[in-house]
Amino acid sequence: MRYQAGKFDVAVIGAGHAGIEAGLASARLGCSTAVFTINMDAVGNCPCNPSIGGTAKGHLVREIDALGGEMGKTADAATLQSRMLNLGKGPAVHSLRAQIDRREYSKIMKHKLELQENLYLKQAEITDLFPGADGVWHLVTRMEAEYEAKAVVLATGTFLGGRIFVGDVSFESGPDGMFPAAFLGASLKKLGLQLRRFKTGTPARVLRSSIDFSELEEQAGDEPVVPFSYETQIPPKNTAICHISWTNDRTKDVILKNLHRSPLYGGAIEGIGPRYCPSIEDKIVRFADKPRHQLFIEPCGQDTEEMYLQGMSSSLPEDVQIAFYRTIKGLENVEIMRSAYAIEYDCVDPTAMNATLEFRDFPGLYGAGQFNGSSGYEEAAAQGFVAGANAALKILGREPLILDRASSYIGTLIDDLVTKGVNDPYRMMTSRSEYRLVLRQDNADERLTPIGRKLGLISDERYAKFLEKEEMKKAERRRADETVIPPSSEVNEILVSRETSPISSGVRLTELLRRPQLTYEALAPVDPTRPELPKAVFENVEIEIKYEGYIRRQRADIAEMRRLEVKRLPTDVDYSKIIGLRSEAQEKLGKIRPENIGQASRISGVSPADISVLLIWLSKRDRSAAE
Amino acid sequence: MRMIEQKTIAAISTAQAPGGIGIVRLSGDRAKEIAEKIFIPKGRKKISEVPGYTSLYGSAVDENGERVDEALALVFTAPKSYTGEDVVEISCHGGMFIMRRILALAIRAGAVPAQAGEFTKRAFLNGRIDLTRAESVMQLISASGEDAAKAAASGNEGVLQRKIEAIRDSLVSAAAHLTAWADYPDEEVPEITEEELSQTFSKAQAAFSKLLREFDSGRMLREGVKTVIAGRPNVGKSTLMNLLSGYDRSIVTEHAGTTRDIVEDVINFAGIPLYIADTAGIHDTQDPIESIGVDRAVTKLSQAQLVFAVFDSSEELTEEDLSLIGKIGNIPAIAVFNKSDLPQKADRERIRDKFSAVVPLCAKDGEGLDKLEEAVVSLLRQNPVNPSEGVLFTERQRDVIERANEALSEAASALAGGMTFDAVTVSLEGCISALLELTGERISDTVIDEVFSKFCVGK
Repeated sequence: MRYQAGKFDVAVIGAGHAGIEAGLASARLGCSTAVFTINMDAVGNCPCNPSIGGTAKGHLVREIDALGGEMGKTADAATLQSRMLNLGKGPAVHSLRAQIDRREYSKIMKHKLELQENLYLKQAEITDLFPGADGVWHLVTRMEAEYEAKAVVLATGTFLGGRIFVGDVSFESGPDGMFPAAFLGASLKKLGLQLRRFKTGTPARVLRSSIDFSELEEQAGDEPVVPFSYETQIPPKNTAICHISWTNDRTKDVILKNLHRSPLYGGAIEGIGPRYCPSIEDKIVRFADKPRHQLFIEPCGQDTEEMYLQGMSSSLPEDVQIAFYRTIKGLENVEIMRSAYAIEYDCVDPTAMNATLEFRDFPGLYGAGQFNGSSGYEEAAAQGFVAGANAALKILGREPLILDRASSYIGTLIDDLVTKGVNDPYRMMTSRSEYRLVLRQDNADERLTPIGRKLGLISDERYAKFLEKEEMKKAERRRADETVIPPSSEVNEILVSRETSPISSGVRLTELLRRPQLTYEALAPVDPTRPELPKAVFENVEIEIKYEGYIRRQRADIAEMRRLEVKRLPTDVDYSKIIGLRSEAQEKLGKIRPENIGQASRISGVSPADISVLLIWLSKRDRSAAE
Repeated sequence: MRMIEQKTIAAISTAQAPGGIGIVRLSGDRAKEIAEKIFIPKGRKKISEVPGYTSLYGSAVDENGERVDEALALVFTAPKSYTGEDVVEISCHGGMFIMRRILALAIRAGAVPAQAGEFTKRAFLNGRIDLTRAESVMQLISASGEDAAKAAASGNEGVLQRKIEAIRDSLVSAAAHLTAWADYPDEEVPEITEEELSQTFSKAQAAFSKLLREFDSGRMLREGVKTVIAGRPNVGKSTLMNLLSGYDRSIVTEHAGTTRDIVEDVINFAGIPLYIADTAGIHDTQDPIESIGVDRAVTKLSQAQLVFAVFDSSEELTEEDLSLIGKIGNIPAIAVFNKSDLPQKADRERIRDKFSAVVPLCAKDGEGLDKLEEAVVSLLRQNPVNPSEGVLFTERQRDVIERANEALSEAASALAGGMTFDAVTVSLEGCISALLELTGERISDTVIDEVFSKFCVGK
């Protein structure tokens, strides 16, 4: 029998990476927040790779941390091995990635939620969601408890209508063999949300002792480890090793012979999978001329013998999996502990939301993570933070948190989702940002911590430290501009050994640092006035000097972009009535309903001429409003 | 309220038809500064010194300070102008190609070509627009759409599009390669080498340079060919000038050395606009005034794109005649043997191989003018420009290619200077997005699509 179970400001459905950040942000902003999870052991679960970060994803983690989110700190605490990817490819693309202990990560996160004031973590499957007469949302659980909340964040991940496929076997299921959310989808449809099917997949977990590592290439972590969080004082240690192996012709043969047994090629899966994360059978079919594919063997944790086979996700039948995994060097006798599978789930078209991640047509209803058509833990956490913060800010009557493309990868991610929409699960990449040299992982705090502070999610102590670091950067830049390095045999020896031309008169430190061949470190012997500063400060100053011209170019682009961003468009426009717009533009604008001219200009199918028409229409409207 | 500094734009603001008064309009923060580079007032007051709503009389000039045409400059000071920005309107009566030339000068001086409706758009952005004008802009925009449609239908536009797309594709492919390499560090993305990159860049740079060069020679056909009439004194240069312009532009006497300064005119010759200049006869002279004229003639000759070398066919070729050939050098030239009505003494065969064509002519009565026309047409049309291979058509297209070229040079020098690939990519993307302006696509989508179609990436 249904009973009234309580009232909250914000209810978060799901306690994965999106739900966690949403719940914490909302509770920390002072709203009473309920976080519902189908399985209490699924809080902060990593049902796919046991790692956090990666190219562009590492940026996201640092940005979440800079704003006052939790993912970075927890990843630091659960790190087994850490690498800074793309060193040598330039500071715009440096990205942190850490192998983590997935159980440890989940345990820490769950505990943080439990300890958080204003936050109530509950194991319950939400089966129904509907608005009451007073604009309050009602949530009903499988146990027939009815909750009320002023705002709801949907962060359902792959649970919503989840269905697993392994060969011709298929059944309703959430990730990792957990129950799916089987009823909420119908309720959302009834509400009027348009749901679509996406799919993703994961490789097998195998037994460590069944792998022959003797012939495999090792991959160690980088020393010293750079933590994700600006607040982590003691950097984590590398305690694990990963291994690399390759597929071969026999792997290919086994897969191609059994392709007809794949649910993907047989047509059983209707969901659209991620382009960037193809299954091994996909890779072999799409890149038929490639003789071999790389895979990484990664530990799932410290207290487990389960190993993850990165790069080898599959939805082929279990017997085929065993056969093709065993063709691979080192895996000849491998024992599968959990099979690879594909999972299909319900999600929405994110263009139905605005940049706060609130549904335009359903005030108080927010979405985040895979539910919004993205993919990846980090993408989910980033959206969760923004959705949770905005749900709370709205209830508190405060200004919404809107991050634009030039502010962050988070802003870029959200703008891409709500403006361009997605055709397959969206993954963050450095190439998604047109302002890469400005949006670096080393300056996420500079870009976002003031925003986190304004929100109220950055403590006094942390903020004071942040200001101190900013001051150090400024002072060191001044010093570099003013310090003249006189010519000497010592300095010229350094210059020549680094293949750059010697100097014959005094040169400013800044000018030397501009040379691509030189670094702060290299010039230490000839820079006696250099103060003791944290490594991160030198790194930041060096990048800002070396890439100054390119950064300036990007800042000019940003100024240009923001000029259009401040021209707001009303959301209730009937675009079909605006004369002069081409019909494609009318249709796209009507669907996406951009918040400003800048966003409108990024919609594919809206031309510069359409934008001119819009500007003129806006002026006409403002004029008649004034009269 | 004006927000962030915008580029200063320029365009011809009157109907682009020959004859009548034309206006080149500049708008933006640098309008006055740019106008000062291309307009010299007769009086003492400079454009930047006068108050708004002032008109100045003077000349439009090129980079060398040489007069292009007499002109009026109308100065408006922000916010009291049509666009709400500083505006300078330079008007002259020179017709289409003079106006185009002034526009080109303004662009070289730092302005960018205005997009269709951009003045009005700025007027709107700066709150200077009224309803009627807003509506007229909409018409303009739709009209420019029709133009674009027409242009697209024409063969050249299609060829040009494909040509630029081919260059763009090679650059997008390089960018995608760099992107995949950065975004998928653990994947087996084949590393692109510096040599491969710099080869791709220099190939594209060569293609850009060719397009720009061809645009310049193409522009010659559309906007006028700098033509100089040269020769020793009293061979009939001024008579030829008057014949070509159709009226007594130059003073003609029996006295050698009558023309002491350069006399110029713009004529339509066989459908090709010629900026024609009649010069003083080139010879050694003691007369100080005449010698200035001779010096000017020699300078003018060196800047010419086409020379009519005039000889007196009733006399033997002289040393001065032969030295003129040396001064012409490699400039395309036509030998005009004037006075074909008189008994012929000059040995044409002796110099035939120095000229593109040799034309007997009687400047006095115009006999042989048709042959000169034929010679000019066949000479200029022989130009290596082949429109069916795709050429740049408008200043805007030229500007886009020029920007693309600059960004690519930046990328090439970043690469050569040992900068990391992410910096190279910034400039490379600047180049690609300039090229995409011609097609209206966006870079990130293009590159990302390319990444997925080409590389096997992702975990």
